[in-house]
Amino acid sequence: MLPEKLPGTKLSSKELYEEVISVWHEPKLEYRWSAGIAIGKFLSGLKEGKILASKCDNCGRVLVPPRIFCEWCFRRTDEWVEVKDTGRVNTFSVCYIDVAARRVKEPQIPAVIEIDGSNGGILHLLGEVDPKEIEIGMRVKAVWKPKEERIGAITDIKYFKPL
Amino acid sequence: MLRRVAIIGAGMTKFMRRAKETPKELTFLATRMALDQAGIEISDIEAVTLGTAPDSFDGVHMNGEYLIDGAGGTNKPYIRVFVGGGTGVFSVIHGWKLVSSGAFDSVLVVCEEKMSSCYPHPQAAFYTIFDNILERPLGPNLVWIFALEMHRYMKKHGIKKEQIALVSVKNKRNALDHPAAGWGAKITVEDVLNSEVLAWPVQLLDISPPSDGAVALVLASEEMAKRLTDDPVWIDGIGYCLDTAYWTNRDLYYPKYVEYAARMAYRMAGIRNPPKEIDVAEPYDPFDYKELHHMEGLLLCKKGEAPKLVEEGVTERDGDLPVTPSGGLLGVGNPIAAAGLMKVAEIFFQLRGEAGKRQVKNDPVTGVAQAWGDLMQIGTVVVLRR
Repeated sequence: MLPEKLPGTKLSSKELYEEVISVWHEPKLEYRWSAGIAIGKFLSGLKEGKILASKCDNCGRVLVPPRIFCEWCFRRTDEWVEVKDTGRVNTFSVCYIDVAARRVKEPQIPAVIEIDGSNGGILHLLGEVDPKEIEIGMRVKAVWKPKEERIGAITDIKYFKPL
Repeated sequence: MLRRVAIIGAGMTKFMRRAKETPKELTFLATRMALDQAGIEISDIEAVTLGTAPDSFDGVHMNGEYLIDGAGGTNKPYIRVFVGGGTGVFSVIHGWKLVSSGAFDSVLVVCEEKMSSCYPHPQAAFYTIFDNILERPLGPNLVWIFALEMHRYMKKHGIKKEQIALVSVKNKRNALDHPAAGWGAKITVEDVLNSEVLAWPVQLLDISPPSDGAVALVLASEEMAKRLTDDPVWIDGIGYCLDTAYWTNRDLYYPKYVEYAARMAYRMAGIRNPPKEIDVAEPYDPFDYKELHHMEGLLLCKKGEAPKLVEEGVTERDGDLPVTPSGGLLGVGNPIAAAGLMKVAEIFFQLRGEAGKRQVKNDPVTGVAQAWGDLMQIGTVVVLRR
């Protein structure tokens, strides 16, 4: 049986900021990641305005995001294929907080988008749409940045908009 | 030949938004209580398993090593295990392996989380769990994935927010009777539906709060358990399974990996009909819809039918299948790894008839506890019996 009174000292934020001794530190770490073989090629494709997928001939899946291996069959994927920049909303949210849970004015609309011609979905954003009009299953199309602004990043697609 | 493994003692701190104690101090307080409850000393413990979630909450790299002294691991075989939110239940699975294999007769399982040290909000630490190349540039936060999963689940089965909110109402109310609880409250469905929208369909009262706290259990071999207690609680089944990290390639409406983990644990425990044979359940409830999702993954009902059980009162403490009698993460609090272990501790107390005001009414013999985590991809399950 648990004792009725358990150990642990609850602090209010005032107590933490003003009364108890505390220590502050803000770590600053920087990274540079090679995008690798499969995602490197995928990002090069985005720069050209194309969505590239890798195909496993064993299970027949067309994989987005692409990989050099199929994790189901555990073998190398066989070929690269270009898929469409259209798809279907698998699920979405309308988000009013940022990465650190701070309130934002304009909501972001993250969604999982099933890319046409592939067996996969990707995480991206929806735009040029009233959140109230979005439905799961809705057809959407990528809105690309102008060619000269594309750098080989997932954000080369600004967002997906209703088709 | 695997040996039977028992739980013979449990201890915990309060769960709170901000603790004065350091992570190491919280860990010690819970561990000391577990030893006292089991009636043994640290010298009787042969090995220690520690669970804690990402290092980034505590802001201490190699958190396992940092916590060793508070967990009673000094100069013993000691290891930290980590599978995100699934850690609390996984730490018991790891401790079970150590004892069932015959390697050790007594193992401490300790879980700690102190999330409040991370500024401005522990949410920021979750950013780094997303794919560094394809997802982080979109500016994701952790609530996104829950919102996306919850929405998919609602759409697939035509489930309403009102039905899901009932879980938050139940668990926060149950938590009023838990001595560790930081968020016990009497709220209504309307309170949930009127709370701040964070990432639709997720609102503030759909979510468990970031918390500080620690929990510890003592595991023992059959021989040792029978020497020390008349009421051992047996770990009769364990299971765990991870799905792909390419989470956008899965259909999020159903946690298949939880089902696989549950089937593994049920097979080991000889359970063929989970809804009939399980008397009390503690599925992981970091969000209200997750309890429903996990009841389905644990095969306690058919896909899409969990909301009905909640509506009908089946999952109340006096219902046929009490679910989260502790108050769960939504009500007791969610110091991640510690919260999962609290769920196992609750089944331990329930099966011993020691849950006090929280005691379920169906004289339970068999219970299941489950946790979930990583990138929405792991299920960890233990089946306990008295």
